Order: sequence, then structure tokens, then C-alpha cells
Amino acid sequence: MQITSELISYLESLGRIRLTEEERKNSEKDLQDILSYIDTLNELDTEGVEPLSHSFPVTNVFSTVEEPFSMDRDLILENAPESENGCFRVPKTVE
Amino acid sequence: MSAKINTLGALETAELIRKREISVKEAVSAVIAAAEEKDKEYNCYTTLCPEKALEKAEKVQALIDSGDIDSPLAGVPVSVKDNICTKGIRTTCSSKILGNFVPVYNATVVDKMEKAGMITVGKLNMDEFAMGSTTETSYFGATKNPWDTSKVPGGSSGGAAACIAADEAIIALGSDTGGSIRQPCSFCGVTGLKPTYGTVSRYGLVAYASSLDQIGPVGKNVADCAAVYSIISGKDEKDGTSMNFAPFEYTAVLNGDMKGKKIGIPADYLGEGLAPDVKEAVMNAAKVFENMGAEVEIFPMPISKYAIPTYYIIACAEACSNLSRYDGIKYGYASPDAENLRELYIKSRSEGFGMEVKRRIMLGNFVLSSGYYDAYYKKALKAKKLVQKAFFDAFEKYDMILGPVAPTTALKLGESLSDPLKMYLGDIYTVMVNIAGLPSAAVPCGFDSEGMPVGMQLIGKPFGETEILRAAHCFESATDFSAKRPQMA
Repeated sequence: MQITSELISYLESLGRIRLTEEERKNSEKDLQDILSYIDTLNELDTEGVEPLSHSFPVTNVFSTVEEPFSMDRDLILENAPESENGCFRVPKTVE
Repeated sequence: MSAKINTLGALETAELIRKREISVKEAVSAVIAAAEEKDKEYNCYTTLCPEKALEKAEKVQALIDSGDIDSPLAGVPVSVKDNICTKGIRTTCSSKILGNFVPVYNATVVDKMEKAGMITVGKLNMDEFAMGSTTETSYFGATKNPWDTSKVPGGSSGGAAACIAADEAIIALGSDTGGSIRQPCSFCGVTGLKPTYGTVSRYGLVAYASSLDQIGPVGKNVADCAAVYSIISGKDEKDGTSMNFAPFEYTAVLNGDMKGKKIGIPADYLGEGLAPDVKEAVMNAAKVFENMGAEVEIFPMPISKYAIPTYYIIACAEACSNLSRYDGIKYGYASPDAENLRELYIKSRSEGFGMEVKRRIMLGNFVLSSGYYDAYYKKALKAKKLVQKAFFDAFEKYDMILGPVAPTTALKLGESLSDPLKMYLGDIYTVMVNIAGLPSAAVPCGFDSEGMPVGMQLIGKPFGETEILRAAHCFESATDFSAKRPQMA
């Protein structure tokens, strides 16, 4: 797998991050090294193997807690960078 | 007496408190004093909370005096990795983006420890979001290895392992996603347990890779780790992946022997890349077990070759999803000069995350992106199945698996930061345990030619904590590696 400048831009966009010029340059090399190594996994024969998500069998879990778990709104908002009238405040989103 | 309390183990401290030889307040004060004095040199803590801890100490003392608390660790001060939420105490994940985050709730493990009369004295440094194997990616600066301050303590629970080695703590909690408890224990010459996936609630553990993350103890000896595990483990309604299993009794670990036990060593754990000093220490440990009546056999485990690619695909995929919650709106760092919503996300994240975190977000997005999902992510989940099968096949023959924790002893500070792939390769022996969901105990088993500690791991069957901790306890009783501290060297 070849890492290109376009791919880095695409991954920045997917991850909602923006790299500095220096970070970009290092990332191309580092991701190339890492992915080349990761590509060795292609040698492993996984024909007919079922993907395993959970280490142990789990079934859908329904909570048996009778009182739903909740937290005080004002308390939660104490950690918000900006809040107003009991809401999170964000920059204008609709022009 | 009180001047030396910080050098004690957890069960030992609790015993002295029970006998009224020391007070809870003295124990808490001793740890805080040691941390304040030594942390200038080692940087194990991100936050110390003396006022809260001393206030709590009085309450716990009253409960002990009135006989209203039944716990093997009542009154014991505990230090907690900074990715475990502590109500009212800053929880940063050693990241700028959570630098001012004060949780409004406790992680389940913290609630359980408080109920058992344990007192949180501070939060421990780590690699940012637990991404790293050296504690150098911390926004608050690297932790130093107390055995040699020019070396890393390992990571990501580097603060936890170093504070135990330096006697800046009595007992600590870490977390292990790909070796983050065991590897720093190995580098710092202390003991730790990565529990079976699902036995310790992850509620309140800031998520890195949810299918791999587990909280576990880091301590001065096996019995202490077992006692903490007995307190923090158990089914939790708040964690949908937590499991029902028979309660763990820590006293069961203290008795029993190795007669007739079958121990397997994967040949692939002894091959190329393993430092000769580490290999020698692990093989000597195998001899100790043989002398105690165990049978040790080397067996092939060729799937080991694919452990690192499998781990990094799965871990990064989950990380990029888990870390999408940091948006500069709900909590944490917000960039001051964003003009619209998209810019707020991008600037807050770009300014708030360090490079290793950004790298794993990019890798994760890559392996999950359209066109690459099957070739990478799905392939890794199939490899995960094969890794687990390889262990289950081995457990048909062996009661437990023995191996080194890491290919080397502690590296020099700065060596890994410039070469991330090299750092990832150091996780070769630890990540498979997380991929398979198994328990593993890291125990000191020797020193290299420069006097740096070497650790081994004992890997068990699912829910086999008693078996591996009992073996670790037998080893600890027959040797003196765990008793050594850098202060004596």
C-alpha cells in the first residue's frame, strides 16, 4: 500500500484533524513504514475463518437497572467550554 | 514508623492499620510526602489530591474504628492511572484535550475501591490516551525510570509502574490494552495483572480500544495485586461487556504449589529480537518452576508473527471511533479562534491531540475506510480468531503459558519517539493476550547486565487468574526479584 499526499489529506479530513507541514512530512514516512509492516498480515491464510469481534460469546444485554442512570444537567455543563441557558454553546452552524 | 509507610505493600499497610500501629491518616500522609519529594525527579503523578485524601482518611478511620468496614485493604492509599475517572479529581489521560476535565462521576473500579475503604491519593502519568509504550507521549512530560532516570519506565501505565518502584505509592491501578500494565511492570521491576477481558468493569475508563482495554492492579507483590483484583472485579450493569463469573478469592492465590503443573513456552517468544539477558532470565524462571515440580515445554506458536499487525489494525480502528467524541464542545479543550463548527472540531482536535494520537486516528480511519475495510479491518478480526484458537489449542496441553513481557529491558528516553514502528514492535509478546482476551500476570524475574529489571508473564486460561497468580506467588516466594527496589541498588 502506497501512502500519498492525497491519502494523508483524506485521512486528515476523516479524522477532523489538520497536520502541520512537518507533521505531514513525517506522517507520510511513518504511515508508510507501519502499513508496509501491517501488510505482512496478507501472508496469513484466513480462508473460511469467521471474524471475531468479542473475545468471549456475548449476547444482547438489556439493563436490569430499574431507575435509568442519569446525571444533573448543570453538573454536566460545568465541563463544557461554553454553555448558555442549560445548553452547549457552539459557533453559528446555519448561515 | 510513619516515615517508611510508603515503602510497604498494600496488605501489609492494611494489617498495621487494623492493629492500630498506624492510622489511615499517617498512611495517606506518608504516600503524599514521598510523592511530593520524589516526583520532581520521576514525574509519576499528573495530579496529587492531599486535601481530599486526608478528609477521606478520617471517614475511613471512623469506619474501621467502629468495625463497620470489612475489606482486606481498608485504609490503604491507592494511586490511579489518569484515564480512570475520579469524581471531582481532574482526569486528563495525559492529554491537552482533557487537561481541564473534572469527571462528575467515578469509574466503577474507583467506587468499588472507595467502598472497600481505599483512598485515592493521586492520578498517574501515562502515554497520551494510553497510546505508547514509553510514557513519553504524555502532554505533561515523560516519567523517568526510577532504576535509571535516563531510561523510560515503559508504558502506557508508566506512572503506575514507576511510582511503585520508587515507593511513591503503596498500590496503583493501571490499564492494559496491548501490554500497558505488563510492559512498564517489566521495565520497572514491579508486579501487575492484566485481567481476563470482561472481569473488571470498564465503566469510567476513558476508552482507547474498547474490545481490548482492561483495568488491573500494579503493586509490590502478587498478594497485593490479587487483593485489589478481588475488590475491583465482578459483573457491572454499567458495562455491557462485563461478564458473570465466580467471585475471585485472593487468599486462594497464597496457597498451593506447582507440582505436576504443565507450563508451555512459545518458541516464537524466544526467537529473533529477544535480548539475550531477557531470554536468560526467563529460562532461569522456567528452571525455578521445574525445581518446584512443574513440567516446562517449548512449543511452536507461529501465529505470533501476525500479532502486531492484527493488534494495531484493531486498536487503531476502535481508537479513531472512540476519539471522535473530542470535539471542543462537550468537555475538554476548545480552540479559542474557531469561526465555525467544522473549524472548531478541526482546530480543537489538531491543537489538543499529540502526534501519536493523530497517527493512530489516521491509521484507524484508513483501515475502516471504504475500499480498505475488508483487506485490513475484517482481515484482522479473522486473525484475532486464529490468535485465540492458537491459545485455546495450547491450553489443551498446558495449564499456563510462560514468556518474556518485552524483547528488551527499559530503553533510553527519546529512542522510540522518532521511530513509531520500532516502538510498536516492542509490543510483540504482550498484544496477543489482549487480542485473545486472556489474563496475564507480569512478575519480576531478573536483571540485565546493567542492573535493569526483567519481567516475565504468566498467561492463563479465560478466568484463570487464580492459577496464574498462584504460580506467580510460588515464584515470588522462591526468589527475591520482587523485593528489590532501585533505592537499594
